[in-house]
Amino acid sequence: MTQDPPSDTQTPARIDIIGFLARFAPLIFLIVLMTGFALYEPRFLTPLNLFNVLRQVSIYGLLAVGMTFVILTAGIDLSIGSLVAFAGLVAAAVSKGGISNRFTVGAGQEAASYGWYLAALAAIAVGLIGGFVQGFAITRLKVPPFVVTLGGMSAFRGAALLFAAGGPISGFEPSFVWMGQGRILGQLPVPVVIFLTFAVLAHIVLRYTRYGRQVYAVGGNPEAARLSGLNVRTVTTSVYVIMGFFAGLGAFVLSARLNSAEAVAGTGYELTVIASVVIGGTSLFGGVGTIFGTVIGTILIGVLLNGLVLMNVSAYIQQIIIGIIIVLAVAFDTFAKSRRRTG
Amino acid sequence: MTEPLLRMSLIGKRFPGVQALDNAGLEVLPGEIHALLGENGAGKSTLIKILSGAQQPDSGTIEFAGQNVTMTSPHDAQRRGIVTIYQEFTLAPNMTIAENVFIGREPGPGVFVDWRKMAAETKKITARLGLQLRPMSIVRELRVAEQQMVEIARALSMKSQLIVMDEPTSALSSTEVEKLFRIVRDLKAQGLSIIFVTHRLEEVMQICDRYTVLRDGRLIGSGAVADATIQGIIRLIVGREVNALFARRERASIGGVVLRVEGLTRLGNAQDQNATVLANVGLEVHRGEILGIAGLVGAGRTEMARAVFGADPFDSGRVVIDGREVRIRSPQDAIRHGIGLVPEDRKQQALFLALAVRTNLSMASHKQLTRWGLFIDEVAERAMVEEYRKKLNIRMASPEQIIAGLSGGNQQKVTLARWLALGPKVLIVDEPTRGIDIGAKVEVHNLLFELARSGIAVIAISSELPEVLAISDRIVTMREGRVTGEIMSEEANEEILMSMMTLNTKAA
Repeated sequence: MTQDPPSDTQTPARIDIIGFLARFAPLIFLIVLMTGFALYEPRFLTPLNLFNVLRQVSIYGLLAVGMTFVILTAGIDLSIGSLVAFAGLVAAAVSKGGISNRFTVGAGQEAASYGWYLAALAAIAVGLIGGFVQGFAITRLKVPPFVVTLGGMSAFRGAALLFAAGGPISGFEPSFVWMGQGRILGQLPVPVVIFLTFAVLAHIVLRYTRYGRQVYAVGGNPEAARLSGLNVRTVTTSVYVIMGFFAGLGAFVLSARLNSAEAVAGTGYELTVIASVVIGGTSLFGGVGTIFGTVIGTILIGVLLNGLVLMNVSAYIQQIIIGIIIVLAVAFDTFAKSRRRTG
Repeated sequence: MTEPLLRMSLIGKRFPGVQALDNAGLEVLPGEIHALLGENGAGKSTLIKILSGAQQPDSGTIEFAGQNVTMTSPHDAQRRGIVTIYQEFTLAPNMTIAENVFIGREPGPGVFVDWRKMAAETKKITARLGLQLRPMSIVRELRVAEQQMVEIARALSMKSQLIVMDEPTSALSSTEVEKLFRIVRDLKAQGLSIIFVTHRLEEVMQICDRYTVLRDGRLIGSGAVADATIQGIIRLIVGREVNALFARRERASIGGVVLRVEGLTRLGNAQDQNATVLANVGLEVHRGEILGIAGLVGAGRTEMARAVFGADPFDSGRVVIDGREVRIRSPQDAIRHGIGLVPEDRKQQALFLALAVRTNLSMASHKQLTRWGLFIDEVAERAMVEEYRKKLNIRMASPEQIIAGLSGGNQQKVTLARWLALGPKVLIVDEPTRGIDIGAKVEVHNLLFELARSGIAVIAISSELPEVLAISDRIVTMREGRVTGEIMSEEANEEILMSMMTLNTKAA
């Protein structure tokens, strides 16, 4: 055909600039930020400090990896902070040898203490069940994710408070604590290793598997996905189950790192986690985003907070800055989406 | 000769990487209906956006009502008397007709709205259009044609001199089109000028006084419709002869029945329990046959297709494939039994606009592309995309290109390829050429012929009668959820089909 409309061959160039920016803007911003902090504060660029940053963000990071699945389907999960608290308490109680022994003081030597893996399994099981229940409510009862998980936020917090009966559970056996405080090869903090391992796994799932394709498809256009023979309800439910898995895993690592679990743990985590995902370039409208972006977004927030602390900026101002950055990230996403539409 | 109301000359507009307009122009006389024609991508939309103030030209001049003007915003253009009605309406669906007509210009004292006056004014304007709409009806509950009338009423309420209509008939049934034309002629009689953007040349011959053709962003020609022929205008639009256009095809050899639908019935919807969506619909399609489904908008054609495909539930009826009754309760069931559906609204129902061409094309074929039950075999996937790029002549920069950047015709080919990759027994295509340009239409038609020749049973739904006549072996007509007739396409013509489509079913 001689009558190729010019737009066919020309638009890719334009799309690619936007695509490139959308993909690498967080990384560029991170590099600029790190350079700035390094120039201003020499202590920032020491390996010790950088590992510290990574260790601090690893729990947010685990949650953000799960949240990426949810947001890719244009969903949201506000319940994760509460779910982390509840799952953490359950893990702690299991580690202490059961509910009746949960307030025993000491590292659990006196009580029948179980190993870290049982604690981890318990936390993950709680997360999976919590996620499934919410996913079920969203897909079968047709309640919007925002409302379901707002309900979950309240319900899981209530469950945590009930379970803790007012006091924290602390003092776990050493193998449990090592999962949160230990280092591999004397350098790498264990939580960082867990975070990055699961990030890589999640990346592989989203990028290379049939399931990953379905997540993008359902988020990009649920009706088209259904008419292409995809099971939209199953996929949608599954992302909340995955989120639940990461909430459980995160709860376990958090309890281990603090050597304690309490009912108010994880308060406000949802905001930081959603911010990490969105700053990393995942679209709140669904269908666009990567785990790579989420990892960068998570580190970006960690670096920002760490740098601000080193610069003696008050915690209140830090919150203001994070808030502004979230809004700007979403504004950028909206802009990129409008370009995609017209493109 | 009278001074033109509007004269746009030497308009240029460049977007990053593409020269959308290059010496484009348009002259509209007072009190005329002017057709703006061109293939998709010819620059019609950009020219209209410039005229309506939504975009600024890089070069060129616009004269309106004898003055040189610069339209800084849509609001500015409206103030001068130029109102554009886009294909996708800009109404607030949850507000009343009156609120929509007067949105942003509500009458009343101070910050308050004088509802009584607003309703009365709205009534006056709709009466001028010969409509009987209640000003306090909620827009969402109106039919598409009625919503369009609300847009026109809004344009009139702004005391506009020039109304631009972007493909106003694409979503209307033929009776609604007639009604729209009556109103447009009325407006013309009242001294307004109308710019009509359309792909349907019969409509141009029917209603327009003059036409302007754009190609590749340039002004190619303009003139009086009375002096032109459809073939002549097509030559201007595509820059070549299209002899194959809507030519009837050679009949393929037709085999046994593949799909039979019996007594398909779907009772009322949520809004109206009494309405019957589908009433006892029965039809069959043979191997290698193209069965055309004709009917007005709302006749139940799309609903029938969606029910057979499992996209919507139905209350009773049987679907029989290769002589065996099958249970279809979801698209997954339909796909498993070898049925594919190319839905009517490409962007809303078929495409993943943010994803690559490759991902879009393979979306229904994940099963056959999966390795170790988990991973997508991207090598096989790329080979699949390449195969269909060649077969269907899909024009794209690369398989990784985001599909939003393809023209409508190429997007439609990708959607077709998605189903072809599954090797279906039955392919249902709903308005397969809606909103795609003439060259691509011919390609899609040829593709459907080839599919039929390869033994697929094709069901083609189309609102364009020349298209139904050209591509079908046999045509079934529907009205109000019922089948009203069946005819071999050699024995049919537009008049016969139209009478079958509008036939009173009780008399039949």
